Amino acid sequence: MTHTVLVTGVSRHIGARLASMLAADPEITRVIGVDTVPPPSYELGGTEFVRVDLRSPDIAQVIAAADIDTVVHMSLVSAPSKGAGRSSMKEHNVIGTMQLLAACQRSETVSRVVVRSTTAVYGSSPHDPAMFTEDAEPHEPPVHGYAKDACEVEGYVRGFARRRPDVTVTTLRFANFMGPGVDSPITRYFLQPVLPTVFGFDPRLQFVHEDDAIEVLRRMAMEDHKGTFNVAGDGVMLLSQCVRRAGRPTIPVPSPAFRVLGELARSVGLMEYSPEQLALMSYGRAVDTSRVSAELDWKPKFSTAAAFDDFLRSHGLTDGLPVRTFDWLSGLGVGRGAGRPGGKAGSKAGSRAGGRR
Amino acid sequence: MNAADDLAEALAFLRRRVAGEYEVDEFGFDPELNDKVLLELLRPLYRHWFRVETVGMENVPYDSGALVVANHSGTVPVDALMLQVALHDDHPAHRALRLLGAHLVYELPVLGHLARKSGHTLACPEDADRLLRKGELVGVFPEGYKGVGKPFSERYRLQRFGRGGFVASAIRAGVPIIPCSIVGAEEIYPKIGDLRFVARALGLPYLPITPFFPWLGPLGMVPLPSKWMIEFGEPVRTDEFEPDDADDPMTVFNLTDHVREIIQHQLNALRLRRGHAFPLFF
Repeated sequence: MTHTVLVTGVSRHIGARLASMLAADPEITRVIGVDTVPPPSYELGGTEFVRVDLRSPDIAQVIAAADIDTVVHMSLVSAPSKGAGRSSMKEHNVIGTMQLLAACQRSETVSRVVVRSTTAVYGSSPHDPAMFTEDAEPHEPPVHGYAKDACEVEGYVRGFARRRPDVTVTTLRFANFMGPGVDSPITRYFLQPVLPTVFGFDPRLQFVHEDDAIEVLRRMAMEDHKGTFNVAGDGVMLLSQCVRRAGRPTIPVPSPAFRVLGELARSVGLMEYSPEQLALMSYGRAVDTSRVSAELDWKPKFSTAAAFDDFLRSHGLTDGLPVRTFDWLSGLGVGRGAGRPGGKAGSKAGSRAGGRR
Repeated sequence: MNAADDLAEALAFLRRRVAGEYEVDEFGFDPELNDKVLLELLRPLYRHWFRVETVGMENVPYDSGALVVANHSGTVPVDALMLQVALHDDHPAHRALRLLGAHLVYELPVLGHLARKSGHTLACPEDADRLLRKGELVGVFPEGYKGVGKPFSERYRLQRFGRGGFVASAIRAGVPIIPCSIVGAEEIYPKIGDLRFVARALGLPYLPITPFFPWLGPLGMVPLPSKWMIEFGEPVRTDEFEPDDADDPMTVFNLTDHVREIIQHQLNALRLRRGHAFPLFF
């Protein structure tokens, strides 16, 4: 069977990697990548790039002209870009999805639509169960930013699935991407010299490694798996644990001040901040991934902790200053006794690679 | 075991903490921190202040899931923490008790994340079911605020048992319910009044007046050293029910009442057995 796949959002790392991987697959005849800005060309492999603004109806022509049968919609931006503001981000996310789905609805050839969403649609609150399953009703649905966009996008996707029951529609709710090539608000957060945290809170975080995310997307693009699936690495990490592994200092800021400082930092362009980040940094979020594991008969290669460690390794952030200081102090204080904790350090690499569960 | 080994072990522990080389489960439970730090802080209170004695520990399963249902009292939920120490230290398998707590705990700074690290989670059917399916020992106080915040005059009288959600969870998971009675917590902060308006302003369920609080300030917050006993009764089986029975309100209500009666009887007997709350002084 011949396959022609359309991938949106190929100017970003995961979209580009997915497109080039699909292009290299012998079962797929053609991969067309679209985005508003051209991607770094080396990443795309055999993908044909078409520059299209998703917000315009041009996408319908691309779909009609190329007899697309599978659409992978990756173009969901998680933070306002430097120049453009929040309203342009919202337009890109929501109007872009509407245009794309409108084109798919008209198309005779599209038989499979895979949409990238996020676990942020569950929100974060102290009233929610520890692990969200796909059917969970969040206690406080998101009302801000990226998470709200994703909720609206999912709403349009559900509408499309109702109107075109013959098309296999898959929605993938990814935890935060983590890995050597990922550049997102959360990875930028961990690369700051000092990390602001919310005083008195230590949220549970969950990551999915880029390799695992791409594998799930690839499988979903090649096979029919109807429905909504959470995708995340096994296990959770606490924020405190993440910053310790990163060896970075933190400044705990009381939650009202966090909000004010966040707005301030955003207005001077120091860092990204949106109110739902405060909720995530206070209450955290974790999802149950048994549905996707059962559906694909697959386990992620990287646990949450292993994905984070891989990210740290790629940025040269292992064995940070606090650990080195500690080893130096304990070596100074007890002489021979320090051999033991040092020995533990040797076994660290093994336990990290193994990850949880 | 000598001092050098102890030191090396302590250093290894500290290094793991500094480097973040430890694991937490999906609920945020950090077993190492719990055992070495959080419970360690409670142990003097458990052993020397309240002199807690446990009875019927053999009724708590060794390694399978079970639901411990206990009475709640004491104005401040110290009884939950003591129950946690009891099952960790006095049970041969050192079981971690996974307590289900009120929303309020998770909204508050510091308390919320310490509760999670200590193995607690939010009282909701999803979390209860998940823990029980994993074979964990789950603890609930179905009386909730009504129990822990009741006046001293109503001591050792069980309050209404919520909506019986805990029974439904036990039936769904097919795990036994272990009725547990805690004697002694009622006397630690005898609540003789309630600053209702202040409590409402602070968003708290109640703000107690005791013979010593708020009159003595921080000193009034020291719990009285009553003698405690904790008894674990014979397990009530739920595996005779079909999992669908969890949706039958009549089954759930009847079983809830049954468990409540067992705990009340056990409580009365244990109170007699303990004798006076402050044996040193009388």
